[in-house]
Amino acid sequence: MKSLWKLTVIEFKMFYREPIAMFFTLVFPLMLLFIFGSIYGNEPTPFFGGVGFIDTAVPAYSAMIIAMTGLISVTLIFSSYRETGILRRLHATPLRPQTILSAIMIIVFMLTVAGMVILIIAGKLAYGLKFLGNPLKMTIAFILSSMSFFSIGFVLSGVLKTARAAQIASNAVYFPMIFLSGATIPREVLPEHLRTINQVLPLTHVVNLLRGLWVGNGFTDHIKEIIILTSMMVIFLVISFLTFRWD
Amino acid sequence: MKNNTVIKVEGLKKSYGSNKAVDDVSFEVSHGEIFGMVGPNGAGKTTTIECIEGLRKFDEGSIDVLGYDPQKEGSKLKPVIGIQLQQSQLQEHIRVWEALDLYSSIYPKSTDWNIILEQLGLTEKRNEYFSKLSGGQKQRLFIALSLVNDPEIVFLDELTTGLDPQARRAMWNLVRSMKDKGKTVYLTTHFMEEAEKLCDRVAIIDHGKIIAIDTPSELIRKYSHNERIEFTLVDDNIDVDLGGIEGLTSFDRTDNRIIIYGNSADLTQKVVNHLTEKKIAFSDFRSEKSTLEDVFLKLTGREMRD
Repeated sequence: MKSLWKLTVIEFKMFYREPIAMFFTLVFPLMLLFIFGSIYGNEPTPFFGGVGFIDTAVPAYSAMIIAMTGLISVTLIFSSYRETGILRRLHATPLRPQTILSAIMIIVFMLTVAGMVILIIAGKLAYGLKFLGNPLKMTIAFILSSMSFFSIGFVLSGVLKTARAAQIASNAVYFPMIFLSGATIPREVLPEHLRTINQVLPLTHVVNLLRGLWVGNGFTDHIKEIIILTSMMVIFLVISFLTFRWD
Repeated sequence: MKNNTVIKVEGLKKSYGSNKAVDDVSFEVSHGEIFGMVGPNGAGKTTTIECIEGLRKFDEGSIDVLGYDPQKEGSKLKPVIGIQLQQSQLQEHIRVWEALDLYSSIYPKSTDWNIILEQLGLTEKRNEYFSKLSGGQKQRLFIALSLVNDPEIVFLDELTTGLDPQARRAMWNLVRSMKDKGKTVYLTTHFMEEAEKLCDRVAIIDHGKIIAIDTPSELIRKYSHNERIEFTLVDDNIDVDLGGIEGLTSFDRTDNRIIIYGNSADLTQKVVNHLTEKKIAFSDFRSEKSTLEDVFLKLTGREMRD
């Protein structure tokens, strides 16, 4: 436990000593919020089921942040740690793989939370964002979504041999997914044939779960999403433990 | 296993595809000695050391380190050994003290790393980022990290590669001080001079096989002429008969230049005495001892090259 704590603190310091790494994660969603907010405003409309654009955009952009930190940050940190030999050096100690996996998960999760909190504050101040759901349920869904995507990042960085390959793969998964899952462009405006693709993307389930809970749905309305995300988390975590390599 | 044996390797084999990196290697290391494995790059030194450390799986053979099987009991072995890897890194923006603090926290038992920092001359650099350290400072930090758990055996893989001669000598003193503290040191190097000056016992490895193992002086005595003497005769056409000198193994004359090889410790003394007695004038007298470099040449028929 002592080493998990120290490792987490060190990883946190690594983030704030190189703030540029966080910049995009925190600022890009905010940029989208202001661009589309200035176009659509936040007037309640039947098109979004009786709430405003911003009220659907904040949970959807939160899903985008989860995809970004899970697919890009986790993959980048882990594959570069492996490639440079940071993991090799740790392997020469009694440290267990799950400790380093956990430390990185905790830090990236904090980054994800920070991204969402900034988004909520901005949405509230600029557009009078409304939250109709249950904070506890929302938190649980947010954690589940984050963990399922972090585990994809671990698998990507474990399966691909070089940091460069892992980076390319994570971008190739990330960019189409944020546009087709409803995380950036609302699913309501996607044409019919894209909605079919939408249904098979993992991120779609995060978007639907977070948007649903945000406007007051219960867990029972999202059994499908919860089952899919939980199985993703379990399967990918198992794969990442099995494929774990120190070098 | 003898009482004081801390590492026992038997029939170790490891291949990468068709390349036999380590091919049937066996040896033992005793408590408290500085043991060196020396050989050219690619000879199998790193593969062997990493199998012993439990960082690499091997194909055949058995390894026992302090009573543990490194492949199966890594979690018990790692707390009692210290490892400096040939290639590794730390996070760019980790400070020296943070790295030591972190690595100390990983071990069930650790020593006061402030003392280690002091001993390695890194106290002034304690707040420096890892990426800002020079090559020698990084190397010292990695050694410091290998000592935070007060290990019984310290493994040093290519300790002084990339260091300037002065830093290299400082590193040797450091290794000697580890031995003085009762630790066993296992090191690899491709510098023959380093092995000769530093190690109590040396294994010479080439193409995955140990071709000789002994103390440096014994290896030189066994496999090479101990001493080489060269001088020029002042007078032409003078006969020199050195045949009676004990320990002389070869004699070669080209015009007035004479080269002698021998394996007696006081060969120089004897040759000088002989020449003086016979009143033979000589000049440009040089005498040098054979080195492990000569042993390698003798055993493999080629020079050690980087």
